This record gives sequence, C-alpha cells and structure tokens, in this order.
Amino acid sequence: MVSFADTLVQGVLLGGLYALFAAGLSLIFGVMRLVNLAHGDLIVLAAFLILSLITALGLNPFVAALIALPIMFALGFVLQLQVLNRTLGPDILPPLLVTFGLSIVIQNGLLEAFSADSRRISVGLLETASLPVGPISIGVMPLLTFLSAVAVIVGLNHLFYRTELGRAFRATSDDKVTASLMGIRPERIFAVATGIAMIVATIAALYLGARANFDPTIGPARLIYAFEAVIIGGLGSLWGTLAGGVIIGVAQTFGAAINPEWQILLGHVAFIAVLLAMPRGLFPRPTD
Amino acid sequence: MALLEIHGLTARYGEFQALFGVDMTLEPGETIAIVGANGAGKSTLMRSIAGVLSNADEQIVFEGRRIGALPAADVMALGIAMVPEGRRLFPSLSVEENLLIGRYGRQAPGPWSLKTVYELFPVLKERRTAPAITLSGGQQQMTAIGRALMSNPRILLCDEVSLGLAPVVIRDMYAIFPRLRETGASVVIVEQDIGQALKVADRVYCMMEGRVTLSGSPASLTREAIHAAYFGAS
Amino acid sequence: MVSTPEAWRVTTRTKASAVFMPLAVAAILAALAAPVFASRAAIQDLFFMLTMLVLAQCWNLLAGYAGLVSVGQQVFVGFGGYAMFALVVLAGLDPLLAILIAGVATTALAVLTAQFVFRLQGAYFAIGTWVVSEVVRLLVAQWTALGGGTGTSLPARAAREMFGVAMASRAFGFRSAQAVDTVCYWLAVVLAAGTIGFIYGLLRARQGLALAAVRDNQEAARAVAVDSHRIKTFVYLAVAFITGLTGALIYVEKARISPNAAFSVLDWTAYVIFIVVIGGIGTIEGPIVGVVVFMILQTMLADYGSWYLLILGVIAIVVMLFARRGLWGLFTERTGIQFFPVRRILVGTPFSTVKEAGAFADQAHQV
Repeated sequence: MVSFADTLVQGVLLGGLYALFAAGLSLIFGVMRLVNLAHGDLIVLAAFLILSLITALGLNPFVAALIALPIMFALGFVLQLQVLNRTLGPDILPPLLVTFGLSIVIQNGLLEAFSADSRRISVGLLETASLPVGPISIGVMPLLTFLSAVAVIVGLNHLFYRTELGRAFRATSDDKVTASLMGIRPERIFAVATGIAMIVATIAALYLGARANFDPTIGPARLIYAFEAVIIGGLGSLWGTLAGGVIIGVAQTFGAAINPEWQILLGHVAFIAVLLAMPRGLFPRPTD
Repeated sequence: MALLEIHGLTARYGEFQALFGVDMTLEPGETIAIVGANGAGKSTLMRSIAGVLSNADEQIVFEGRRIGALPAADVMALGIAMVPEGRRLFPSLSVEENLLIGRYGRQAPGPWSLKTVYELFPVLKERRTAPAITLSGGQQQMTAIGRALMSNPRILLCDEVSLGLAPVVIRDMYAIFPRLRETGASVVIVEQDIGQALKVADRVYCMMEGRVTLSGSPASLTREAIHAAYFGAS
Repeated sequence: MVSTPEAWRVTTRTKASAVFMPLAVAAILAALAAPVFASRAAIQDLFFMLTMLVLAQCWNLLAGYAGLVSVGQQVFVGFGGYAMFALVVLAGLDPLLAILIAGVATTALAVLTAQFVFRLQGAYFAIGTWVVSEVVRLLVAQWTALGGGTGTSLPARAAREMFGVAMASRAFGFRSAQAVDTVCYWLAVVLAAGTIGFIYGLLRARQGLALAAVRDNQEAARAVAVDSHRIKTFVYLAVAFITGLTGALIYVEKARISPNAAFSVLDWTAYVIFIVVIGGIGTIEGPIVGVVVFMILQTMLADYGSWYLLILGVIAIVVMLFARRGLWGLFTERTGIQFFPVRRILVGTPFSTVKEAGAFADQAHQV
C-alpha cells in the first residue's frame, strides 16, 4: 500500500513537469493556432543556456535560470517575428515543416556546440532532499516542480483573463483583422506570446535539467509528452493541461513500477486510451 | 482643409477592381452618408479608409497627412475608428472586455469612457460580464459602436450598422447620431437603407459599381435623382 | 471552324509530357540494365536513391495531395521490415514472398492506426502519427524472438536462396552477396516505377481531382459530394502498403534490423521530408529532383556530421519560407514545363488558350 501511494505521488509530481512542458505549447496554440514541433528542442536549448550561465558565471542554478528568462524571451520574440509569422496562414504545411526543420537545426546546432554528452544541472543538496509526509517521502525538487507548474498556470490564467495583454491575445486569436482595427498589431502580439512561452520553457528546462540527464537529442520526446498532455486536457484549457500532464505522469510511473521498459509505453497507451474515449479531451473549449 | 480627403481612390481584390477613382471629403463635425446597393463598393471604401485594405499613399489624406498605405493599427491610433460590417465582436471577450479592447491602440482624452458609453447604452451595463455574442443583434451593435467610441476617435466609420436589425431597433440606434454630433464628432455612415441615412446626414454620396454617382445635401437631392444614382439610369 | 460544346474535352496531356513519356520508358529500361556496367557500390547507391524516392513520393502524396502531414511514416518502414524478418526467420519463407506479405501486413497495421490518427487534425495528426510510431517501436523492442532491443540479422542462406538471386549470379558472374544487391536493385526499380505510375494514374483519375479539391478546401469539396474521409483513408492505406513493401525491401538488402534503426525518425521521415520540401511539394517531379539534390548534398557533406543535418534543415526552412514550391516549382513557374501533368486543361473551346499538346501547361486555366 505504501508503494502504491508512493508511486501515485511520484506520478502526480512528474505530471507537474509535463505540464510545464505543455503550458508553453498550449499558450502558443491558443493564441495563434500554431503547433511548434521544435518546442521540445527549445526547452533543451534553454537547459543548455542555463548550464552555460552556471559554468561561465559560477551562478546558482535558480539565479542562472532567472537570467536565462529574458534571453529566451528575446529569442522567442525574434523567432516568431522573423520566421514563424511568415508561416501563418490557411496552409497547414509551412508551420509544420518549418518548425520541423527548426527542430533538426536546433538539435544539430546543440550537438555541434556541446557534443552528445549527457549533462545535468546540479542543484546540490536539493537533488536528494525530501520531505516525509506520513508513510511516504516527497522529493523536494519534484514538489518544487509541481508547485512551479501550478504557479505558472495560475500566472498564465491571470495574464489571459485579467490583463489588457491577455485581452489582446484572446481578441487576436478570435479575429486577427478586427483586432488590428483595435490598434493591435497581430505580428507583434504573436511575438510576445512566443516570448512568454519561451519563459515558461525556461522554467521547464531548469526542472528538466535538474531532475535527469539531458543531451541535445531529447527534445522530440519532451514534445510528445507535452502534446499528449495538451490533447488529453483539451485544447484551450490550461488547468486541463495540468490534468493531462498528471495522467501521463501517473501512467508512466506505474508503468515503470511494473517494468522499467514499460514506462514510456504506458504513457502513450494512456494517451491513446483517453483520446479514443474522449476525442476532444477532458475540458474542451466549447467554441472550438 | 477638410478633416478627411479622398482623391481618386482605387482598390482591387486580386484581379477584380472594386473602386474606380472615388473622390470624397469630410469636414470636421460633419456626418456624411454613403449609400448604394450591394457591391457598390461602400464597404471597400470604408475598409480602405480604416487601413484594412492598403491603397496608394496619397489617395487618402487625414488632417493633411497621407494615410492611404498605413495599416489598420496605425490608422486607428491616429484617430479613425471603425464599427465593422457585421459587428465583429470578439467571442472570447465579455461585453465590457469588448468595450475595453476598443482603447487598446489609442487612449485619447474625450467625452467617451466606459462610464459614458454605459450611459449611452444602459443595457450594456446590465450585461457587462456576459460573453458578447450572447447579446441580441441590436445590443451587439451597440457594443460594437461603444467599442469604437472608447478610443475617442476623430472620425467614426459606421459600416452598415442597421444590417439584420428590426426597424424599431434601427430607429433607436440612429437616435444616437444626433448625440454624437453634439459632441462634435465627425461620422461616416454607410447604409443600404437610405431613409435613416438621409435623416441624420449633412451630406450624402451615392455609389454604384465602384464610382460616386451623386452627391449633395439631402435637401437638395430629389428622390428620382437618388433612385437613378442608386440603381442606375433606367 | 465551328467549336461546339461537344467538341470540348478535358485533358492532361501537354507537349512536354508527350515527349517525356517515351524517355521515361527508356530510362527504366536503362536502369534495369545498369548492373551490367555499374559497380556494386554504384548499384547500392542507386538502390538507396530509389527507395528514398519511393518513400518521398508516398509522403508527397499524403501531405502534398491529401493534406495529411505525417511525421510517423517510419512506423510502416519499420513494421514492413520486421514483418519480413518474422516471415523469413520464423516461418522460413522466401524473402521475395515475405516482402509482399509484409506489405499486406503493414496495410493491416494501417487500418488499425487509422482508427486513432484520423481523430486528429493538422498538427495534432502529425504528432499523433509520431506517437503511433513510438508505440510500435517500443512494442517491437519487446519481441525477443527477433532480438528485442538490439535487433537481429537475416540468415545469409535465406537471402542467397531468394528467388532470382541464383539467376543473377549465373548471368553476371556475381558472388551471391552482390547478386542479392542486384536483385534488390531490380525490385527497387520496379517499385519506384510502379509507385510513380500508380500516383500519376491516381491523380489523373477522378479520385485525383477529388484529392486536389479536398486538399484545397475540404468544406467546399464536401459541398460537391466529395467524400474526403474515404479518399484520405484510401491514400493513407495505399501509402502504408507501398511504404511497408519498401521497408521490407530495404531490410532484405541491409540484412540486419533493430528497432531504433527500423523506426528511425531521422532516416525515414526527416530525410524524406527534406527531399520532398527541397524538390517541391505537390508535384511528382519534385521528389525526383529532391532525391538528386539530396544525394549530391550527402556526398558533399558526408564528413561533416551534424553540420550536414543542420544545413539540410536550414535549406528546408528557407525553401518553405521563400520558395514554397521547391526547386521544381521554381523551374516549372519559369518555363511552364511539366513532365507529369495532372492539371486539367479544357481544350477545344473558342476560349482555350491551350491547344492540346501544342503549348505549355501554365497558359491553361489551372485546376
């Protein structure tokens, strides 16, 4: 019984990490209907950026992540403004193929710059620290990850529904042309959205790199988990994305408990099962 | 110098030419009406002024400044706000949020604010948190007009505000135009329904197939002349 | 000369295509004769080119014509390969027969996966196909009879005794390994020619017109009673079949299989996508051009590891942003030449600017 509860809690907390992967993806899709196939690789890029700041400036990982935030925002902003904006339109091929190409470019750029060696972001004692809660002990880092995911989702919801910028996001997502009649410049709004998504990606990168080894090629797998979480949750719902992440995390953790080789497989199986049962996800947006 | 001057405006949709050299002026404080049948080019004209369509720079002049090629967001910031054809409220936004977004690109001093817009259209205040698209047609139209007013524009463009509304609702809607005039606003109204337009306008332009076929003050134009200009000489 | 409506005809032939057809037949015959004068290494390179060409044509049909962008086609390559291996290693079948059956088995898999992926649209369809591929890869890696995660090799005897190998060995005086390469090469020529012929025929048939309509505007297509789901499913299954055959053939030649190689996104999807994008999406000529460019780039940049892929990715991005129709698209826009014309041209009317087979396609009203 203890083992079951332990596995469950671990799975839920892992779901927090997946929700962080997914939140950026969900934000961009919500604002401009764009799915960035390079999203996972951008998270990995952010992880290498944090690592570089740590080694170059001898910083604490959390401080390094803080410094990485505006850098990644700028990267996302420019990427959207100069490259991805050109792919938006009725044809589905350009955004998919350009972001796919981007994924390959980022992976191989990182390979050239950092080699294929596995890396880790060391958080010192926090790595193994844990809190005893009743019969189980909860890792501090996983808990921090989950709480960060919740904080990010609360923050994004606040942004979307209680600020002028969020109004502009929603209006532009509804109707680009009429939004421009309000003085909104869609191209810039999209760039801001991608910049914010990169901020979320950086937070995800910190926890990704602290939790496990990473190398330039792990991006696509993160993309798949993120995507699965978004789809399970239902397009347009950030809390749904958290729920989706938790479902994937729990499925994976139970899979690993049964047989280590089954971890990833069970995550995919859970995804397929949910999708077959509820094609629009758990909390679909009514107007989609 | 007129507030807005349009010189030989041409516009195309791909290979199809919609406007063939339109000339028009708008003086400060004036309300002008543009009438014509479907396809006459009225909406194209409005969208050209608003910047949704791009035209040659010098064809549209606002307070002496050439704005023909400016994009919509820039035109709006200068003070030309449009109530688009079909209302085009944002479904993801509530009534109040739709009003607030009208101020996004331009926050200028003037008579219009959330408070005064609610005074103009009290029913909107009651439904302020409702999703804008759950309102009736007439209420949505009010929201769209209020949204455009929120930026305290120098020129208000109203594209077919009576479309799809019942006559009694249209009458109430048109009652606001004299009140706008009192605040010194300059207004361009596009209408298929000539009756209401003639009642509120200082001057009328009639269009057919992309050209201005008649213009003048309502008093100076005979019904026959308007009929001919609207439908073409029989 | 009076032109009556009865005299109006819809055709796809143009002057350029009329010239090209006999040339294509000659090219196929020359290709089949290649083992006579080409080295073994050259035959192996040609084999690789041809199989990539088939994969590219298939992906192009899916994405460029049916509007189904898949980043999971590697599942059919890998499954075809493993099905062939299973039939040869476990059931002792002749590899040639195994290839055919593997194609059918792959189609069966596609029937299953379609239930899932067709619930998704656009980008989500794309990632869904990827998930499917990952699932199959993980499941296959559990199959210990075929080597599990590390894979297995094809018994040399099985390849040697494949139908046609003995004949090739005698005819050319090759050792059996080279004879196997030769037979695989011939099969690749037949597969490539057959695939292109099938696609061309499909696009010229009524179904092809339906495809173009569905890709351009699904709602409008439905309004004229085009059953888009049926045609997309047909294309998806047909592509799965051909891809399965190709995968099986590839792994007969390689003689060694492992899950990571057989289901590699890079080898069977990334390269394929780059080939189609750079060559030109939505045309039959595009992938042919793309494969040639790809081989040239690979030869030039083979020593540069990650730079090679990086450059390939950048070129694909640039092409997609600024020359969406690829190299062949640029060429066709300039010259109007089409070798596999699939656009419908209305001839025989007083207004036709195209005289049948007497002018270039781009002057016609496009369909």
